[in-house]
Amino acid sequence: MGNLDIKLKVDASGLSCPLPILKAAQGVKTIAPGELMEVIATDPGSVKDFAAWAGSTGNALVESDSADGKYRFVFRHK
Amino acid sequence: MDETISLVLFSGTDDKLQAAATLVAGAAALGKPVKIFLQYWGLSAFRADRIAADHGLAPEAGEAGKLAFDAAARTGQAHWADALRMAKELGEVDIQACSASMDLLKLKQSDLDPLVDGIEGVAAFYINAGEGQIVFI
Repeated sequence: MGNLDIKLKVDASGLSCPLPILKAAQGVKTIAPGELMEVIATDPGSVKDFAAWAGSTGNALVESDSADGKYRFVFRHK
Repeated sequence: MDETISLVLFSGTDDKLQAAATLVAGAAALGKPVKIFLQYWGLSAFRADRIAADHGLAPEAGEAGKLAFDAAARTGQAHWADALRMAKELGEVDIQACSASMDLLKLKQSDLDPLVDGIEGVAAFYINAGEGQIVFI
């Protein structure tokens, strides 16, 4: 953690489904293949949602953790 | 397997449209093509002059349901029309008005919000749905 070269940060805190996944899907289009996007969400459903999104779109989930009701995900653009 | 998800929006209350918009946005985020067919009160809710108006909730919502729905609208929930706009920008989302419902409500396409891409009949809807799932709301 902390040494990843994050290209884009998406803050979806306070947003309910489906907005976190929409924001992530919008965001990943703005970075180049291989670049990293970090998403912060507070919606507990986002944990399963982002795992499914990564599996379905091929944007690999390279890191995830949670603390203080916040969920953090790092994806590598396919 | 056909990835296309087709939704028939018959109901015109804000809660059902909100639930529908969530399904559409999720499919768009996953890269699945979405076809939407607007009938009756679902179509009426897409009239340009009233898309942002209060369309009420299904009767089972009751007073407590209305309070919960209004609270969600104030915090972190996008209005269904905005969620559909975002989904259209993101993915392949096509919204068609049912031609029979257009006649019933005496509407022209110019009466509808620009979210609506066109007008078609039920045969075109089925052909475009292909082998994919159809959801009726």
